[in-house]
Formats: sequence, C-alpha cells, structure tokens
Amino acid sequence: MKINWFKYSSPQTFYPLAEKMIPWFAWLAAILAVAGLYISFVMAPTDFQQGEAYRIIFVHVPAAWMSMVIYIVMAAWAGLGLALNARLSAMMAQALAPTGAIFTLLALVTGSLWGKPMWGAWWVWDARLTSELILLFLYLGFIALQSSIDDPRRADRAGALLALVGVVNVPIIYFSVKWWNTLHQGSSINMGAAPKMAATMLLGMLLMALAFWMYTVAVALMRVRCIMLERERSADWVKALSLGAKS
Amino acid sequence: MQWASWSAFFNMGGYAFYVWVSFGLTLLCVVWEVLALRKRSAQALRLSRLLAQE
Repeated sequence: MKINWFKYSSPQTFYPLAEKMIPWFAWLAAILAVAGLYISFVMAPTDFQQGEAYRIIFVHVPAAWMSMVIYIVMAAWAGLGLALNARLSAMMAQALAPTGAIFTLLALVTGSLWGKPMWGAWWVWDARLTSELILLFLYLGFIALQSSIDDPRRADRAGALLALVGVVNVPIIYFSVKWWNTLHQGSSINMGAAPKMAATMLLGMLLMALAFWMYTVAVALMRVRCIMLERERSADWVKALSLGAKS
Repeated sequence: MQWASWSAFFNMGGYAFYVWVSFGLTLLCVVWEVLALRKRSAQALRLSRLLAQE
C-alpha cells in the first residue's frame, strides 16, 4: 500500500489549500493583536525604571523573536528543498524571506527608538545589535541572490546554501548578551529560570509574539501563492485556474 | 487602567514620540506588506490569464 504523503507538496494541490488557510491565520493574528495591545497599553503597569518608554518592548521583543524564528524556518525549508529537490519547499523559503527581513528591520528600528531615550544613543556597535544587523544582511542577501539567478532551480540551490550557512548567526544573536558585555539588556525570559518581569508584561509580550507568528503564516501563504503563479505560469494548472478566476 | 486621561495616554509619560513611532511603523509595515501582496497576486493572475488566452 502506498500513501501519498507528498500530495500537498505539489503547488497545484497546495495553492487552493493555502487559500483556505489564510483567513484563519489572519483572524487569529488580529484577535491576538487586539488582546496583546489591550494588555500592552491598558493593563500593563508603568515600569519603575524606564517609565512608559518600556512599552516599546511589546513590539520590539516579538519582532526580534520572529526575525530569528523565521530565519530558522526559512533555512529549514531551503535545506529540505535542497535535500529532496522539492520545489514547494524552496518556494516556502522564498516566501518567508521578505517577512523575516521586515521583522528584522522593525526589531532594529524599534530598538533604536528605545535606545535613544534609555541609552542616549540611536545605535551602538554592541554584539547584540551588530549580529541582528548581520541577520538583516543575510535576509537581503538571500533575496538578492535568488532574484539575480534566472533559472529558478539554480536560484533555489544557491539561496539554500546561503540560508544554511547563515544559520550560524542565529545562536550568536541569541547568546550575544551572555557571551559578551553588551549595552543591550539580558534576556527577558530564560529557559529554566523564573521570568524577571511582571506577569502582565510577560503575557502582553507573548500575545504579541503569537499575533506576529500567525501574521507571518498568513502573509507567507499569500506570498507563496504568488510565487507559485509566477513560477509555474506555463503549467496547465495555472492556465486553467487563471481562466476560471474572476477580476 | 494606568491612565488618568486620554492626553496622559497619548503623552506616554513624555516618551510619546518613541513609543508611537515604534508602534506606528510596525502597523505601517503590516498594512504595506498585505496591500503589496494583494497587488502582486492580482498581477500574477492577470498575467497568467493573458498567457493562457494566447
């Protein structure tokens, strides 16, 4: 007996499935964001050291987490695509990169907006900030490399290699505040230790992180559908689909 | 509730610029990304329809 595990690994079957999944993730993201923002701005108390400026944490930390999570997921899809020669995996990696780059940029910019009033500087060349900046360049490099190679399968392989090599940067970002003396504060949450922050603050941060996560899934699915159409333009399923579609 | 008034809320204890720009830019990125993807999807469909009709 043969079970077709790879049924949904073909763009043709995944395209309509993704369409059905998008609204679910989008609504989840919206609900979580509303709850997260309510806690961030209404319930969470003023910080005794940083006043109200600390509220930037509710976008800064979730954006920074997502920038690292998305990179790992992207590299995993790219690696899978390289190992199995699966085009859908490579497309998923390609779909995640711009969203990862946006969250990295947001982490850097909101961090800068937090650093200015707290440290007195928009930017310092500290290990945490520098390694996060390198992450942005890795995302941009991945995107540029993929778009500079005309043959999509070759572009996938070259991009996958870059993505996999770049993974080494993620633990460097994560542990940078431990390994080096950084101006950047230490982790808010550590595995195996009690969180150093108030429960409401923690809850707000976790809800915002989950909202960003669901948002990421929704936009990555939107983007992978575009990539499928663009890359398989001459395939019969795209032709049939585009003739049947409205607007 | 942490706020005495709406103006206290908008003032963010004197850090209004830093807090609201952070949240505003995040919202802007989200809105831009979703709109750009909708446009891209419509364009891709239009182009593949043109190709299919040939």
